[in-house]
Amino acid sequence: MSTLTLGKALNEGLRKAMDNDPKVLVMGEDVGKLGGVFRITDGLQKDFGEERVIDTPLAESGIVGTAIGLALRGYRPVVEIQFDGFVFPAADQIITQLAKMRMRSLGALSLPVVVRIPCGGGIGAVEHHSESPEAYFTHTAGLRVVTCSNPVDAFSMIQQSIISPDPVIFFEPKRRYWDKAEVDLDSTDWTPLHQARVVRPGEHVTVLAYGPAVKTCLEAAAAAAEEGRSLEVIDLRSLNPLDIDTVTASVNRTGRCVVVHEAPVFSGFGAELAARITERCFYRLESPVLRVGGFSTPYPPSRLEDHYLPDLDRILDAVDRTFAW
Amino acid sequence: MTIDSVRGAPDTPELTEPELIQLLTPEGERVEHPDYPLDLGAEEVRALYRDLVIVRRIDLEAVALTRQGELGLWASLLGQEAAQIGSGRALSEHDMVFPTYREHGVAWCRDVEPLKLLGLFRGVNHGGWDPAEHGFHLYTIVIGSQTLHATGYAMGIQRDGVLGTPSAGATIAYFGDGATSQGDVNESFVFASVFNAPIVFFCQNNQWAISEPLEKQSRIPLYKRAQGFGFPGLRVDGNDVFACLAVTRKALENARTGQGPTLIEAYTYRMGAHTTTDDPTRYRLKAEEEAWKLKDPIERVKAYLVRNDLADAGFFEKIEDEAKRMAKELREGCRAMPDPQPLSMFDEVYAERHQLMTEEQEQFAAYLASFEEEAK
Repeated sequence: MSTLTLGKALNEGLRKAMDNDPKVLVMGEDVGKLGGVFRITDGLQKDFGEERVIDTPLAESGIVGTAIGLALRGYRPVVEIQFDGFVFPAADQIITQLAKMRMRSLGALSLPVVVRIPCGGGIGAVEHHSESPEAYFTHTAGLRVVTCSNPVDAFSMIQQSIISPDPVIFFEPKRRYWDKAEVDLDSTDWTPLHQARVVRPGEHVTVLAYGPAVKTCLEAAAAAAEEGRSLEVIDLRSLNPLDIDTVTASVNRTGRCVVVHEAPVFSGFGAELAARITERCFYRLESPVLRVGGFSTPYPPSRLEDHYLPDLDRILDAVDRTFAW
Repeated sequence: MTIDSVRGAPDTPELTEPELIQLLTPEGERVEHPDYPLDLGAEEVRALYRDLVIVRRIDLEAVALTRQGELGLWASLLGQEAAQIGSGRALSEHDMVFPTYREHGVAWCRDVEPLKLLGLFRGVNHGGWDPAEHGFHLYTIVIGSQTLHATGYAMGIQRDGVLGTPSAGATIAYFGDGATSQGDVNESFVFASVFNAPIVFFCQNNQWAISEPLEKQSRIPLYKRAQGFGFPGLRVDGNDVFACLAVTRKALENARTGQGPTLIEAYTYRMGAHTTTDDPTRYRLKAEEEAWKLKDPIERVKAYLVRNDLADAGFFEKIEDEAKRMAKELREGCRAMPDPQPLSMFDEVYAERHQLMTEEQEQFAAYLASFEEEAK
């Protein structure tokens, strides 16, 4: 067991994947000498060389587009998009090419490309550095969309994503990069990539979260427990495919559900969850599924982000409202 | 010199009066170029002629099939046969092609069965061949996207360590004049340049991006763009199959031996509409089309063959018959092409279909089945 930050766990996961398969490449802006702006790829170029850890020109569409070409040649590129808000120049390649190539080729082509995206707010950053664009990608068939919330998952999920025959959009909760946990670097006894996990069992309300919001929800659950409310917190881990069975089993037991994410609530991933849960748990629900998330505004200046991001109090307020129905 | 504040600089003579690399004049006269010696035997020239005639006939048939409602759309290569056959016949088995949706002539050179090209235009699939089998990637419809895939693929060839060996391949990315305005094409130039990737950028400048003439895309000749990115660019007579063959051969060989990318601008003309839904009479003059007719890529090879006694009337007749026969087969094959099964749309979205998609498919299957029960 090693005590690792989430960022270091990703680094170790990438290192393992590169050790295991010489076709794995890492590419992106500043990922080489610098080790990435968050140091997730620290030391990889030194150990694996410039041919496998590629400092690319500053062009996101170019990065994803050439990664597609490399994958067609038999490589497994892991692409770093420096910040969430910079994925949009690459959105065309991701949505029109990466996601659709398998179907276009009637299954002849696979694109095992991982697009790593540091996501979410809470670090006091300037515009375009705090966004949660997951719904754009969960809406695109052909992509797998996952997000880790802790170092243990970071280590395993990045490796599982690299092994995946399909393209994976891999969201990393940037404000949790420095969270620490014990990680077994030798174990491969991992939770399947697309399986949700009950991270805190409870009885009264199911709280669904992923990425950076999981920790906030666990804090909310601890606070609720002091008031006698038992929250069951589920870390979805994978948004597409979605492990709806784990969600349904929980909500059928609790009868109440709150979804928490940093992205704006309107047309956000929580809307999909609410609809699915309503369809599957209709007669067990004691109240409508409620959503807590970002407002219907662009991400605000960072001095306001504490108001924008779902925090413990807003989550508990939603929990209260499920009882007031 | 006056500057028009809206339209920018006045037309430059270079844009309209290109310096072309040419080995065969429109009249069928062989000319030499010091940098591009080309020694073709009679058999090779006759084979090129056959290619040109057949792809034009296939194209014509596809246009007709669209008119008859058998295809939803077709992007005609009419006028661009020499650019495609010349460059296509320069390829080796290890090279990889990244085409647009108009590269039917290149597909022919890569042994993709013409019928397979029709699938996406008929709407029965999005691309029906195995790219690895043919060294010919699927048609890409978003303008310019494939240039990045070609560049990445070329970076993969580099990493395989095969450059300079007999198994070395290069990639060739096809695109048009309009695509040169796309960010992806410019990004592919940057990546190919800084990584010195083994790639040939083959731009068929057919003068028109649907209704927009070249001056809406560029104030300088397109081949000159390459210089700014740091690799050679050249302009070839795109209606001259000999010249297209010679310059592409050389560019590919440079790429395969580690000398990096080349931009080839094949100066040609889209004789037909952009696609079968387009109407060029709304934006261009008949006189322009007539002028380009005189530069026809097939007529000049025929003239060369006749002038040099390399083919007789029997040969030309035989090729015509073969082309006609292929057109007939294409027509019959197209009409017999079955519609895909409704449930097949769920196939191959992912390597493994996930639970919610399976549920959707099952619900849809049950829904479809309910009509069959009603019918009983």
